[in-house]
Amino acid sequence: MDPVTLARWQFGITTVYHFFFVPITLSLSFIVAIFQSVWLRTRNLAYLRLTKFYGKLFLINFAMGVVTGIVQEFQFGMNWSDYSRFVGDIFGAPLALEALLAFFLESTFLGLWIFGWDRLKPKVHLATIWIVAVGTALSASFILAANAWMQNPVGFHIDQTQNRAELDSFLAVLTNPVFMATFPHTMTAAWLVGGGFVAGVAGWHLWRINRAGRLTEQAEDVNAFRWATKFGAWVLIFAGIGVSLSGDFQGKVMYQAQPMKMAAAEAAFTDGTEFSLLTICPVDKQSEEHCRAIKIPGLLSFLAHGNFTEPVPGIVTTQAEYERTMTPRLEQLYGPEVAQRVSRNFAPNIPVSYWTFRMMITLGMISVAIGVFMLLFLRKSKSGHQRLPRTRWWLAAFIALPLLPLFGNSMGWIFTEMGRQPWVVFGWMPTIAAVSPGVPAAQVLTSMIVFTLLYGSLAVVEVKLMLHYIRKGLPEDVQEPKVVEHDDEPLTFAY
Amino acid sequence: MDLPTIWFVLIAVLWVGYFVLEGYDFGVGMLVGILGRKNNDRRVLINTIGPLWDGNEVWLLTAGGAIFAAFPEWYATLFSGLYLPLLLILIALILRGVAFEYRAKRDSAAWRRGWDFCIIFGSFVPALVWGIGFANFVRGLPITTQTTETGLFKGWVMQGNVENFFGLFMPFALLGGVLTVVLFLFHGAVFVTFKTKDEMRERAQAFANRIGIVTIVVMAGWTLWMAGAYGKPANWVLAVLAILAVVGAWLLNRVGRDGLAFASTAASIVFLFVGIFVALYPYVMKSSLGEQFSMTAAQAASSDKVLQIMSVAALVAVPVVIAYQAWSFWVFRKRLSVKNLPVEQPEAEGVH
Ligand code: HDD
Ligand code: HEM
Ligand code: HEM
Repeated sequence: MDPVTLARWQFGITTVYHFFFVPITLSLSFIVAIFQSVWLRTRNLAYLRLTKFYGKLFLINFAMGVVTGIVQEFQFGMNWSDYSRFVGDIFGAPLALEALLAFFLESTFLGLWIFGWDRLKPKVHLATIWIVAVGTALSASFILAANAWMQNPVGFHIDQTQNRAELDSFLAVLTNPVFMATFPHTMTAAWLVGGGFVAGVAGWHLWRINRAGRLTEQAEDVNAFRWATKFGAWVLIFAGIGVSLSGDFQGKVMYQAQPMKMAAAEAAFTDGTEFSLLTICPVDKQSEEHCRAIKIPGLLSFLAHGNFTEPVPGIVTTQAEYERTMTPRLEQLYGPEVAQRVSRNFAPNIPVSYWTFRMMITLGMISVAIGVFMLLFLRKSKSGHQRLPRTRWWLAAFIALPLLPLFGNSMGWIFTEMGRQPWVVFGWMPTIAAVSPGVPAAQVLTSMIVFTLLYGSLAVVEVKLMLHYIRKGLPEDVQEPKVVEHDDEPLTFAY
Repeated sequence: MDLPTIWFVLIAVLWVGYFVLEGYDFGVGMLVGILGRKNNDRRVLINTIGPLWDGNEVWLLTAGGAIFAAFPEWYATLFSGLYLPLLLILIALILRGVAFEYRAKRDSAAWRRGWDFCIIFGSFVPALVWGIGFANFVRGLPITTQTTETGLFKGWVMQGNVENFFGLFMPFALLGGVLTVVLFLFHGAVFVTFKTKDEMRERAQAFANRIGIVTIVVMAGWTLWMAGAYGKPANWVLAVLAILAVVGAWLLNRVGRDGLAFASTAASIVFLFVGIFVALYPYVMKSSLGEQFSMTAAQAASSDKVLQIMSVAALVAVPVVIAYQAWSFWVFRKRLSVKNLPVEQPEAEGVH
């Protein structure tokens, strides 16, 4: 295999993996901070137990997020060094600022939160977890600004002598319309996972306690978990609304920035207004006349333009348009050979674009539907009787709650990133020109195998650990923490 | 000073900060295998760095990010050129990071032994590889200028990426690796002495006393060799300062001035790495194939505009970071011993 393909696989594997942990960190940090705030406000130990329970799950997840993130930071230089040369002037700054402004906050204050229960006053201790949460959101904003620039490069010029992109306006990079769309969409998509996680875990405990017939013995747990289940379901619902609104906005921005991605997402070769619910084509025939499709008239125009009539250009039209605007630029920057190779086909992989886009929406929305149903189900009846989940179906629902939106997130990213192909910097740098020139394929292959094996075994460990701590349930004998005075007193927490 | 020079200095500051801070937690990680006889000993050791190590590691991420932003050419050439060593470091850092968090999460001796190994391995490997790496930076790496495959860039490329992997292990470089290992062990042992009490403190102090002597010898050997073979006049001064600092640390440790001894090993790391950056300047990467192929800070730099923006950010943020990290250090200032550990392990009730 050639180094480009290998480097792409490696980047895909490692980022998708990193992003299994990121959505949980992004949402659960805030959720745990909210739980702890509620506890401090009410002084009801149930909320402290919830804080500690979900806090522990959060930490198990966070550790994996950190170590997989380190790999990302260095991969640009290792596998994509020509990319780094070309964009470093612009792309490097948000990356450096992310470390300087966000990672330091996250890591330092998380250390204070984990070990600070008996060293800090309650309010100060609470502040540390809020700072962690803000840090995670900050880190997301910088990295998404960097990514948005690759999707829609703005605020730069090409320096002819050094042959690289140079910054004109940092403000333009930070107010990139794609970033304005991506940030709320990614954050709300992450909250979908967090809400599903909280609700799924708590709901499962209710289910288990109910089936074991221990409702009276564990009345306190039941109350706490009921509250958490509802909380998670509400988060799901609000995030579901947010993700739809921001996704709609993002569709319009995407159409402006990358019309080809829109066409590929619809598998639409010709111009049209209809949104495809399902299109099936024979694999060998790459044109529309051979396909069977179920379509909703007008919806595609609504996604792209906000009306129901204006047609959206298909792949054929867009290919011609790109050839007119981008091929000359490619020739000038990379020479005729690269220009020819890239210009042959400006469309990304169409089945991938088509299906990941639909899977993203479907998987996420199923979990929202489960959330709504669960909330209705858990309502108290008029007689004050509490209904609790009992049938086997619920088990499937609780497992699906966090996993569906998590995979929905992966789908969204795979769509965004693979839909950008053949570009790494849209319109300016093709992916084939971005890899490290001096690195032999064998080395990339080695590192890919090593990372895959390492990540695979760590996944087994982390999932087992997660399940173990989920099963253990709310911690017993939780007391109000007090600041230690005496030097030989045991700490409340130590590794 | 022009902007590229200022950024060269800032990046040196970030690396120095990284080694001073992560140096002691690498040291403590290795000491888990040396001073940690019983499980509770190891727990005391790990808990001295528990709240701090992740914050320390971010100094590396910031140094990496800052090189990317300020000197893209340096970032691209260095990271793609030293592919395999970096891979090794990444594996080590991954295992180590997970190990700290997961080790205590199950009550099983085999589980803990596995993670202990990851902590020891994950601390030893980067300590060694960074030392070898930085020694190679002063010696020069086989980089040349060339037009890359696409014809687009006149960038630097490492020659013979694979063959040269073994070229990285020359005696001078190997000694550099030994130096960082023993120096971080010493730094870590002094840190443990400073942060623990009772039996653990005595053991750490005794160990620091022994490893200190080794460190003095290796420090003297390598820094003087470096100053003589690759250095500028200032390197002689820095070498002497670094040696004096380790000697001072050794003496202070003997008389039980723990805090000062720790400050002194920290100072020796500062002098050592400042020396390395002084020897490099004005280059960011030296070529072993000829001076004309070396990459200067100015050649590798981003545009002035980016450097200005980054300068403002760094000027505001770095002091704030130092302030809150110092606060965190202060919050966890109490010495630990086995007595401070909560129950034997978090889960006494056992696992299935
Ligand atoms: C939308 C959010 C998002 C995205 C797209 C990415 N990350 Fe990430 N990253 C986070 C959100 C995040 C986070 C939520 O802030 C993490 C997850 C767990 C954690 O510790 O922080 C994190 C951790 C994390 C760390 C460890 C920080 C530490 O030690 O505390 C690094 C070095 C990176 N990331 C780097 C990257 C790079 C280079 C990416 C691009 C390919 C990337 N991340 C994608
Ligand atoms: C965390 C969420 C992300 C996921 C799941 C993700 C996923 C992917 C995938 C699947 C690919 C392979 C595409 C292909 O080869 O066809 C890819 C490529 C790439 N992505 Fe992302 N990505 C994420 C975020 C980012 C961010 C934040 C950046 C930059 C800041 C980025 C930069 C790149 C680069 C440089 C490539 C390599 C070139 C390429 O193969 O297209 N990605 N990503
Ligand atoms: C009404 C529903 C939705 C619409 C219209 C929508 C729209 C979009 C669009 C157009 C993109 C591509 C952006 C680009 O490449 O420029 C995208 C990306 C993405 N979507 Fe959605 N989406 C929806 C629901 C969801 C759901 C439910 C989830 C989570 C499970 C989700 C997660 C993501 C993620 C993680 C990305 C990649 C990051 C990004 O570019 O923001 N989306 N979405």
